[in-house]
Parts: sequence; structure tokens; C-alpha cells
Amino acid sequence: MSEPAITASAHADAHGIEHPGYGTFVKVWLALVVLTGLLVLMSHFGQSYAVWGLLILTPIKASLVFYFFMHLRYEGPLLKTIVLVSLGTLLIFFALLFSDVAFR
Amino acid sequence: MSTHATTGQPSYLVDTGARKGLVAWLLSTDHKRIGLLYLGSMVFFFFVAVALGFVMRLVQLTSFEHLITAQTYNALFTLHGVIMVFLFVVPGLPAVFGNFFLPILIGAKDVAFPRLNLASWYFYMAGAAIVVIALFTGGGAPDTGWTFYVPFSLRTGTNVGLAVFGAFILGFSSMLTGINFITTIHRMRAPGMGWFRMPLFCWAVYSTAWIQILATPILAITLVLVILERAFGIGIFDPAKGGDPLLYEHLFWIYSHPAVYIMILPAMGAITEIIPTFAKRTIFGYKAIAFSSVAIAGVGSLVWAHHMFTSGLSQFAVMTFSLLTMIVAVPSAIKVFNWVSTLYKGSIDFQPPLLFALTFIFLFCIGGLTGVMLGALAVNVHVHDTYFVVGHFHYVMFGGTGFAFFAALLYWFPKMFGKMYSKKAIYASWFPLFIGFNMLYFTMLVLGVMGMPRRYFHHLPQFNTGHEIATVGSWFLVLGLLMFFGTLVHALFKGEKAEDNPWGGVTLEWTIPSPPPQENFEEIPTITTGPYHFPQESQG
Repeated sequence: MSEPAITASAHADAHGIEHPGYGTFVKVWLALVVLTGLLVLMSHFGQSYAVWGLLILTPIKASLVFYFFMHLRYEGPLLKTIVLVSLGTLLIFFALLFSDVAFR
Repeated sequence: MSTHATTGQPSYLVDTGARKGLVAWLLSTDHKRIGLLYLGSMVFFFFVAVALGFVMRLVQLTSFEHLITAQTYNALFTLHGVIMVFLFVVPGLPAVFGNFFLPILIGAKDVAFPRLNLASWYFYMAGAAIVVIALFTGGGAPDTGWTFYVPFSLRTGTNVGLAVFGAFILGFSSMLTGINFITTIHRMRAPGMGWFRMPLFCWAVYSTAWIQILATPILAITLVLVILERAFGIGIFDPAKGGDPLLYEHLFWIYSHPAVYIMILPAMGAITEIIPTFAKRTIFGYKAIAFSSVAIAGVGSLVWAHHMFTSGLSQFAVMTFSLLTMIVAVPSAIKVFNWVSTLYKGSIDFQPPLLFALTFIFLFCIGGLTGVMLGALAVNVHVHDTYFVVGHFHYVMFGGTGFAFFAALLYWFPKMFGKMYSKKAIYASWFPLFIGFNMLYFTMLVLGVMGMPRRYFHHLPQFNTGHEIATVGSWFLVLGLLMFFGTLVHALFKGEKAEDNPWGGVTLEWTIPSPPPQENFEEIPTITTGPYHFPQESQG
């Protein structure tokens, strides 16, 4: 049996699932770098900008990592649902925390 | 419920491998043996914490300073709380009965990850050992209370850092057990056992496991932050450095309130197994009970700040959390109504497990209703940090989880050990337990309404009578505990051989020998009906 061929654009794993090529990973990495830069930039405008920047941009960054680098994109609906439930739980915790912090 | 052939395997209590005796137990990956390892260690820690509580009651009875110092008193209530909460009640029913019976109830030979299961017990023991070491090293036993509130926990010279690290390790045990149980339930149910054919104890353990996985990491990271703050002064929680002490309370209770449901949900699950067996009829409202477990786990995770109503929260947050707290009462009440409805028109067989299960319902209702009172903002601000809270908490945790633990132990003891205890002796132990419990904790509710603050070393003369009643109650309670466990220990060595199905139960554990064989089943059973299918009920 010969090794499966890996091309620069895409390759299939043992289960026959198409994975993205290096180009996609580089683009995602660049997006992460840009978002990190944006975070640093926002922190220069004051503490509240820094906090809101963290709260909005960090989940986007984490989602990109989950989705592409940790292969969530290729998982079945069950695993995706579990991750969404966890993120949803976190969001609810944030919302309830802000019911205190924002109105104190 | 199923087809099953009697197995020819030896009992799990018999050493058949290369290892014998203690080593065979300490290295066993059999879920039943691991359940018993937990049982032995937990009962030990339980009695240690009972002894600490007993001394605290004596202190309140006598003229304080003659017994211990105020500093020692602070250490006593901290240790009592830490040991009871982290070493007994949180792991309690899931670690003992979940480990022992979950695989059997779903028709599996073991949990999904047997080695991880044993590792969980070692994490538990390591955490416990670190907590014990913390008492005698550094600045001595922590004096913060089991909640480790900042900023005091950052500044006290006692050995908070190591004790907190012990709790951190205990969290790993809890999470690994949760992961194991969820995987086991998803992947290892016997053929034909759909989700709604699972015994309801499994639903309770399943819901609990999700809380363990989702909430425990929050406590873990919070405790790490306390350690870092103590060691390096990073200023997350310390107001002197721009930190927010309320953030600690939020993070602590985001875990610790759901932890209350980690403690009570499996207890409710055990009660749900006991009641149909002794009413000889199917459970009333199977799906309502199953979904109420999930609802308690879900909504119970969103009410944490009701512990903080007087801490300086925003008024908006206080109203929000007060409302959410009321909602949790709904699924809890659903369970109680369903238990009572199951008993209605049942063929009641009044045996010791049912007595303790009914006692659970009675005491849990008092605990639950005083909880609703505490959830109401107007009452809370008056009785916050008084003995009312202590009384309420003990009604839920001891009257609830503790009595359910006793009920479950009585129910499954013949199956676990193949021995039957003296029912008369158990009935006899119930009286001092019940009377002592209510003398002790109902008096605390009254003392709280009168204004007695919790955690105080001294009390004013107007509280003398209440403290005297409560302390005498604690003597009855301890007497009852000694009689109860004494009876069970006696049964272990000299009890009569138990039948395979002494209570006439219909779930899978009653189809196998007592004590269970090493791999539970000769063949994995095929499930054809729901879990509470009583033949006599079908015959009308």
C-alpha cells in the first residue's frame, strides 16, 4: 500500500476527509497576527477599550484556532455542539458577571 | 427488564490475579473496588470532620477559652468545612455509588477508562494528603473558612496556599471522574438501553458529571490565582493593588454553587432508585425527573451570586440572581412531587432504605424551602452570615445528601458486600439521628433568625439556650452515627448472607449475584423494557 499523496493545496486523511492546504493555515495565522495587533492597539486607547477588545477579539481568535488548527471544522455535529454548549455557557457567565460589574 | 444468566465468575472481593491483599486493592482498576476505596476513605474523613464539628459544639456550650483559643476555633470551622465539602460531600455519591453501580446499571463491565478511574482516586488521596499536611506546616491550619475569601485569605499568615493547592488537586479527581462517567454513559450502554431506558440514577450522575467538567476548572484557576497572588502579589483580587475582591467571590461561587448540585443531584438519583423499589411500582414521571436533573444542573449554574447579596453587588445583579434562584426551586419541586406520586397507591414495603429516603425528602424540603427564603432578597439581607445559613446548608447537605448517602448505603449494602445488616439496629439508630439532627440544625435556623452570627467564637447570653439545645442535639446525632456505622461494620464481618435481590428491585444490579462477580455480567444483557418494570404492577 502506498502512502497517500500530500499536495500543497489539500490532502485527505485516513478517513477520507479533505483537509485544507498550508495556504489556509497561513491565512488563519495572518488573521491571528492582525487581531493580536488590533488588541495591542486598542489597549493604547485606555482600559475600557482594552477590556472590550479582549472580550470581543479573543473569542474570535480562539474560534479560529478551534476551527482550523484544532480541526473542529472536520468534526461531526455532536462535537461541534459540545463546543458550542461550552462557549454558550461561558457567554452566559460573562453576561451574568456584567449584570454586576456594569451596573455597580 | 432484561435477559440475564447467572454468572460463574468469582466475586470482585476475591483476589484472583497475581497481586493479593492490600496491593491488589490499591492497584485494582475494577470500578467496584475503586468505589469501595472511595467509600473507606470518605467515611474516615467524614468522621474526622464530625469530630471537629462536635468540638465546635462543645465550645459553644462551655465557657469558650477553657477548651480552645479563638484562632483554633477559626481553624476548626475551616477544616470542618473543607473536609466535609471537598472530601466527603462533593465526591460522595458519584465517587462511591456512581463508580460501583453506574456500569452495572447500564449493563457494562466497567467504566470507559478504568485506569483513569483509579488515577482519580489517587488524585483524591493526594489532595487530601496535601490538605492534611497544610495543617501542620507553614503558618498552621488555615483560618479563612472553607470559602477562602479574599482579601483575608491573601493576608493571613496561616497555610492557606498549600490547603488551596490541595483543593486544586481534588478538583482534578472530580473532573476526571466526570469525564469517565460521561464517556461511559455515552458509549457503554447495553444493547437496547436507550437514553430513556436508563435508570434515573444514571441521569443524575450524568448531569452531575457535566457540572464537574464545566464548573470545576473555574474553581481550579481561581485557586491558582489565590496562590499566585499570595506568592507574587499579582493584584488580581487585592483591592490595595487595584484588584477586585468581588471577582474572587464571583469566580468561587461560579463553581461552588453548582457544586451544591454536584452534591445533591446524585443523592436525588439514589432516592429515585429506592422509592420505586419499595413502592413496587414504576416511577411517576420518568422523563420529568430525568429532565429536571438536567434543568437543575443548567439553571443551578446560573444562580451563584445569591451568596453575595450583601457583598456590594449592583442592585441589578442582585435582582437578577434573586429571580434566577427562585427558578431552581421548580425542577427540585418536580422531583419531590414525582417521588410522592410514586408512593401514592404503591404497595409500600417499609424497609430501612425507604425510611432513610423518606427522611431525606422531609429534611431536604426544609433545606430547600429555607433556601428559597434565602434566595429572597428581603430575607437574605437580614439573615445573611447568621446561623440561619448554617442551618439551611446543613439541612440540604447533611439532611439531603448525607441522609441520601445513608439511604443508598442501606439500599445497596447487601449487593456490595453480600451481607445483610440488622434492620432493627438500623431502625434504632434512626431515632437519635433524626432527633439529634433536628435539635441541632433547626435550633440553628431559630438562632439565625434571632441574630446569632456564624463563625463567632463567643456568643451573647440570649443565645445560651439555643446553643445548649443544639449541642445536646449534636450528642444524639453522633450517637446515631456511631450506631448506624457500627451496625454496618458489624454486618460486614458477622452479617447474614444477603440474597441476590433482597428488596425485590428490578434494575440490572438485582439480576446479578451479591456481591457482584468480577466482570458484572457473564454476557452483556439485552434491554427490552424501561428500568422500573415491576411484573406485579403489570398484573394489576
